[in-house]
Formats: sequence, structure tokens, C-alpha cells
Amino acid sequence: MNSFTFTQATAVEAAVQDKAAHEGAAYIGGGTNLIDLMKENVARPTHLIGLKNLGLDNIENTPDGGLRLGALATNADTAYHPEVEKRYPLLNQAILAGASPQLRNMATDGGNLMQRTRCYYFYDLATPCNKREPGSGCSAIGGYTRVHAILGTSEQCIATHPSDMCVALAALDATVRVSGPNGERTIAFEDFHRLPGNTPERDNNLEPGELITGLDLPAKGFEKNFSYLKLRDRTSYAFALVSVAATLELDGTTIKDARLALGGVAHKPWRDKAAEALLIGQPATADTFRRAAAKVLEGAKGQGTNNFKIELAKRAIVRALKQATEMNQALDATAFQNSNP
Amino acid sequence: MSQFTQPTLERPPMALAPTQAVSLNINGKAHTLQIAPWTTLLDALREYLDLTGTKKGCDHGQCGACTVLVDGKRINSCLSLAVMQEGSEIQTIEGLGSEDNLSPLQQAFIDHDAFQCGYCTPGQICSAQGLLNEGRATTEAEVRELMSGNLCRCGAYSNILSAVMEVLGNKGAEAAGSQATPKKESKEGARQWAAGAASQSVPPVEPAK
Repeated sequence: MNSFTFTQATAVEAAVQDKAAHEGAAYIGGGTNLIDLMKENVARPTHLIGLKNLGLDNIENTPDGGLRLGALATNADTAYHPEVEKRYPLLNQAILAGASPQLRNMATDGGNLMQRTRCYYFYDLATPCNKREPGSGCSAIGGYTRVHAILGTSEQCIATHPSDMCVALAALDATVRVSGPNGERTIAFEDFHRLPGNTPERDNNLEPGELITGLDLPAKGFEKNFSYLKLRDRTSYAFALVSVAATLELDGTTIKDARLALGGVAHKPWRDKAAEALLIGQPATADTFRRAAAKVLEGAKGQGTNNFKIELAKRAIVRALKQATEMNQALDATAFQNSNP
Repeated sequence: MSQFTQPTLERPPMALAPTQAVSLNINGKAHTLQIAPWTTLLDALREYLDLTGTKKGCDHGQCGACTVLVDGKRINSCLSLAVMQEGSEIQTIEGLGSEDNLSPLQQAFIDHDAFQCGYCTPGQICSAQGLLNEGRATTEAEVRELMSGNLCRCGAYSNILSAVMEVLGNKGAEAAGSQATPKKESKEGARQWAAGAASQSVPPVEPAK
């Protein structure tokens, strides 16, 4: 690790000022990703600003019927919060699908959004990487790409965002609350993370010095029909090859509302509203689900060793939607007969 | 507490690492350390406080050997800076039990032979203690899932699972108000076994003729 100084901030304004006063400073929440990156010399902050005493670890109901997650609430406290378990079980499932209990006890909700890709080449200082060193090239393209993207890639970067929690937050239409040198603002979740384009070094749309203070969940939690399906190389404690957050609002067997977001396939949690539009108003059948899945993967591009993820993602979408449908309803048993996608 | 002493140099080093004072509460005792901010909680425990029960395995949060309890919750001490833990109550394997008074989990690990080389064991036990504190696991499948942050290269998983399930069962029985009989004989036997193992002299291997 490089040499740095550390202060424990006691107020949001003071933290923001401290960051502005130190070039190369970084905020630190749980530290589970940043400290690892520092040990690898991928991150070399000159100054760390601790956030745990900012009082941002509350989870509370909002006047509009939603729920506000403090940015410093831990992933574990969030997943097991009674309101999350009851009203946003998709979020509970997604958080618990990620990392280990130890890491979830440390990692914060704001930090979960800020975690960086687990692309092997990003971590390996011996190989060129446009995200780590803009303009140096991408070693993943033409390399080993099992954990890499199939959607929204660019010639500069094919990295994926590693979070499970963020896939659920994308599906649930969360809002990110931030404070910065120019005051407070909110960012819609789908506008928070970026596609790589020609600036893969930028993971998100935070302005310099901005600090995440909380996440707002709207009232609608899709607690009746949902699924977080995560496919990975072992059954626990591994990043997703493909994950799917699927939620449905059903009127009998007709889909009234639907959300569909994928993890492990793109530089950001991949929400597809065009595919959702193909679900809404349709019967909840395998055919409907297959059409939506085909729509999501319409522009998918494999990199060779990850070509399998295109078909895997299609099947995962159909399966997740089927699981969500069957949660609280005894469907016509024939609806899914011979429906293996 | 051990003192970290700097070797005497003939001239001052080019640059001294900046240090800062950190107060840590570990196993009920207060310690003040003067350390560099990049010192992880794991290194502070092992290198500055001689609490070497907590092990360094991967040092990247992947193996769980460094698991300790902070305010009753299990964390990877390798991924936390000591300066971030000011004011927290830290519990290590040394604080869970003693040689004369093993914690129920420590006893169960011996009873079930839940280790081979033993390197992952302090982390396994601290993690299992965290699992008990959380109260989220009741079935074997849940214990397996919620112990997945602790790797055992010897592959003692099935016995680790048995040990945790036993303590979990006893805890459940206590909570239900029934009288769980403490396994005194087994405990005494285990202690004798441990003492015997420690003093056992291994005969030298005859060289091949």
C-alpha cells in the first residue's frame, strides 16, 4: 500500500471539504473493495476520509411510502432490515446472493455502488487496461473473458459491474442521493452507472468530490412476484456470470407491470425497458418470456470465451420470470409444458 | 502488550512513515497504538499486540482466516484499517475462551475433529460465533451458505458443519427452555487429549538403510 493520511469525518460538509482540500483523496466506507485495490496498487489514494461517524447508517420510511437506505448502512443490516424483508424481498435476495457474511457486515450500501470491476486485467498492473490507465489498451479484448460483458461494450473496455445489490436497485427504480461541493442532488439509478464508451476510467456519473449519502426506494416493491436468479461458477461466494432481477405485477395471468435487470453482462446493471414493454399486457407464459429475453440479448456481442453467456442470459431471464410468476399463483399447469427455453 | 522497537540506525532514515495514535478495545482491554494509517486491523492484532490467534491467509478477504468480531459482528480483519476501528469492541479467538474454559464452539470443534492443520480454525470459530450471534441459520444448508466466507484447504467442512450444528442445536434447546446436558466427560477427555498431543514426543524416523 502507498503512504496516505487518514481522518475520520464527523459531518458530511466537513468530509466534502476535506476531499476538496486533498488531491487524490478518497472516501472510505466499509473498505472491502478499496483496501483490496490499495493492496494491489490499483488504487493509490493520498488521503482517506472515514465516513462511519457521519450518522448515515439509518434505514427509515419516507413520507411517500418508500424507504430510505443510509449510504453507510451495511449490506447485511439492509438485507435483514424488517422493512426490506417485507416490502423489498428482491433487494434482500440480491444482497444475500453476493459476497460472504463477513464482507456484507462491512460493506456499505453507498460503497456497493462504488465497487469497481473484477476484470482480471484491471487488477493486474502488468497488463494494459484503459480503465486503470486510459489509452493503454484493453487486455480483455482477445483475452480470457468469462467474467466480461456481452452488452453495451466498447472498443476500449468490456468490463462488468460486479454488484448483485445494484441489479435489484436498478429493477426497483431507486434514486441515489449525493452531496458535493455544489450542494445536494439526486440521480436516477439508471443514470448513475455509465457504459464504458471512450471513457472507461469513469464508472459512474458522480462529479468530483461528490459523496453518496443515501438511496431512496419508491413505494412499489413487487413483493408478491419477484426473483433474483444468480448463475455462477460455484453455488456461494462467487461473482455472477449472469444474474437476473425479475419482478412482475400480475392480474390473474396477465402481466400488469414488469421489471427486468441483469448483472454480470455489462459495465452497469443492465435494465431493459423495451423488453419490459414486451411483457406488459401479455399473458405470463414461457412464450412471452422468451420474446422478452430475445429482446434483451438482441444486440449482444460475445468476446469468444464468453459467447456462452448470451444463451445463458436468455435462459436465465425466462427462468427468473417463471419463478417470479409461480411464487403466489397456481398457474395453469399446461402453460409451461414443454417450455424449456 | 508488546513494544515495537525500531532498530538503531547510524543515520536517520530518509523518510519516516507518518503514524497516528489509535485506541482499540480488544477482548475487553483498551490498547493505544502509535501506528501508520495503512496498518490493517489484522496486522495491528498480530504484529503490534501479539494476538497471533487471528491468521493471515489470503490477505484479500477471500479466505476468512482473519475473521474477528467487531461489536459482535464477524468481519475480515485484513480488509479493515485499524484506524477505522477506533471505539469499536473487537473480539478475537483469544477472547472467546481460554485453555481452561473453552467456548462451546471451541469444544465442539475438538469433539467433532473439525480441523486438520488448524490454520483456518480461529477464523472458522469466530465466523461461527458471528453466525450464532446473527441467529439467521437453523438448517445445515443455511449453515453451509452462511459459513461460505471461510475456506478450509484440508477440507474439514463436514466436521465443521457438525460442530456448528451441535452448538446451534444446544442454543436452540436452551432457548426453548429444555435442559441441555453439558458433555462434561467429553470436555475432560478433549482437554486430556489436547494436553497429551502437545507433550507427545514424536520418535525420529529411521533412516533408510
